[in-house]
Amino acid sequence: MTTDVTRLLGHELSGRLRTGDVSSRELTLAHLEVAERQNHALNAWLVIERDGALAQADAADTRLAAARAEGPRAVEELHPLLGLPIALKDLVSVKGGQCTAGSRILAGYVAPYDAHVTERLRDAGAVILGKTNMDEFAMGSSNEYSAFGPVSNPWDLDSVPGGSSGGSAAAVAAYHAPFGIGTDTGGSIRQPAALSGIVGLKPTYGRVSRYGIVAFASSLDQIGPLARDARDAAVLLHAVAGRDDRDSTSAPVPVPDDLLRLPDSDDEAASWLRGKRLGLPREYFVKGMEPGVEARIREAVTALEAAGAKIEEVSLPHTDYGLAAYYIVVPAEASANLARYDGVRYGHSVRLPGADFIADYLATRGEGFGPEVKRRIMLGTYALSAGYYDSFYLKAQKVRTLIKRDFDEVFESGIDALVAPTSPSVAFKFGARTADPVAMYLSDACTLPANMAGIAGVSLPCGLSDDLPVGLQFLGPPWSELELLRFGRAYEAITASAEWRALEPSQLALADDPAGPTPTERAAALAAA
Amino acid sequence: MAGLTRSDVAHVAFLARLRLTDEELDRLEGQLNHILDQYAKLLELDTSAIPPTAQTIELENILRDDVAAPSLAVEDVLRNARVIEGDFIVVPPILGGDAS
Repeated sequence: MTTDVTRLLGHELSGRLRTGDVSSRELTLAHLEVAERQNHALNAWLVIERDGALAQADAADTRLAAARAEGPRAVEELHPLLGLPIALKDLVSVKGGQCTAGSRILAGYVAPYDAHVTERLRDAGAVILGKTNMDEFAMGSSNEYSAFGPVSNPWDLDSVPGGSSGGSAAAVAAYHAPFGIGTDTGGSIRQPAALSGIVGLKPTYGRVSRYGIVAFASSLDQIGPLARDARDAAVLLHAVAGRDDRDSTSAPVPVPDDLLRLPDSDDEAASWLRGKRLGLPREYFVKGMEPGVEARIREAVTALEAAGAKIEEVSLPHTDYGLAAYYIVVPAEASANLARYDGVRYGHSVRLPGADFIADYLATRGEGFGPEVKRRIMLGTYALSAGYYDSFYLKAQKVRTLIKRDFDEVFESGIDALVAPTSPSVAFKFGARTADPVAMYLSDACTLPANMAGIAGVSLPCGLSDDLPVGLQFLGPPWSELELLRFGRAYEAITASAEWRALEPSQLALADDPAGPTPTERAAALAAA
Repeated sequence: MAGLTRSDVAHVAFLARLRLTDEELDRLEGQLNHILDQYAKLLELDTSAIPPTAQTIELENILRDDVAAPSLAVEDVLRNARVIEGDFIVVPPILGGDAS
């Protein structure tokens, strides 16, 4: 076989598995080999489960062989994820495996059950390669707040891959797996997808059950797919979406099977754009955006218009208030969620001889949590404390209503989707934003309003600026994931022959060097310079 | 908005059950005040007539059928606890008396 299977998309691999051109064991081994070789340089994985993955691959091969023996119809009915490798962010519970959420406080914890997402992936027959690095408790936009070291961006090993799903994004971008699972509370799927040059979708709040996911900010967290094209993202979303009784916020809304049928034909995909109304929110094109990012987004909008979409400038007047409101709501919910880490039932535990239980809690949590988590717990505790509730939390929830109304009004006016940058900047160097928390928070200015409003959004690569990927974001009303992915697929179709599409992450070869610096060493060298 | 003093920061840290070093307290005092300054932007908005949004998808009164179902296996749950005795997790004493 001459093709490097790691370069193929999930739907291409699935086709080859069905014909028997390649086995799941072969392609799993190929992906494991790259992941194991490059993890020294990228630190995308916190654990690679070679044996478990190969066992799942063999099981998939058995199912494939049985279906082939039965006939074409049985092969046709196989799940499109069967036998395909996937990377799980290390806050998704996999029974019997680690689930650190990027935190020392969960080091050594063994998940006693499978998350809903894990169950769905097992049913589909996907091959779980391991668990990926992330900002601690998903708090961060660069993966630098992981307790287990930063992750390098395959496009520039001295830069961040984005966060908090930085490990999954880097793994998918570097061809360690065609699929990844992330979570998005303020942009944690879309922003790393943008910075790493891949596709990432944040579903509508309630679309995917959060059962078995380590909670961060429960009224905003959503689980979603990372992949290298819109069709693969759609297939993965279809596999994990839908009502689950164990998460009462998962909504009883049908999941469209058309997610499995995004057009393969570029002409068909592009023709869907004709007459669609795309809104360009003017508040997303202001201060702080890098000129190269704005140029790529404007070019994408021009291409969409040339293909028949109607572009209209719209306004989301409360956008500017999103950041402040978000950084009240989120720390408040996080401080409540993270109160459970007391070192008694599970996780890192300090018991001081002769001390009372409060001293044990103080020591356990003081040792177990990292700086960003402590900051957010402090902010949340303060914002919820007696006398401040009305002026902070309640006020922020009211502003949340205004942000949601902005989106409602635009979509009710007949706009099919909004088109905007995902991140105001391309990937930044290690250390560039860790000194000032507010500078880090601004990384998510274009993504967090969607979480506040509970709507869906997708980021797709749309070219390079300074040789680094730029992300194009489509935002749609609740339950519009299929339409957003159709926009995404259409955009892929109309730019299919663009030169940048053929480019691989430019520093992958460097990541192959087993003697090269680790991301931690690169970050230290930059800090010393 | 009112700024946080260093002793306010230490008090909030105690409420949050976080033991912080002097260096952490110093750094957080500056950082938290910087972040609180950003919140002042919200004062520009008159929200007196705006209802709060706690969740966005308006599902209400989600109930499940009251049927018995298996729970997690005891050994799977206990394996993560620091101190166990039989099928129990030993917790620190919270009502005074002898420390174990």
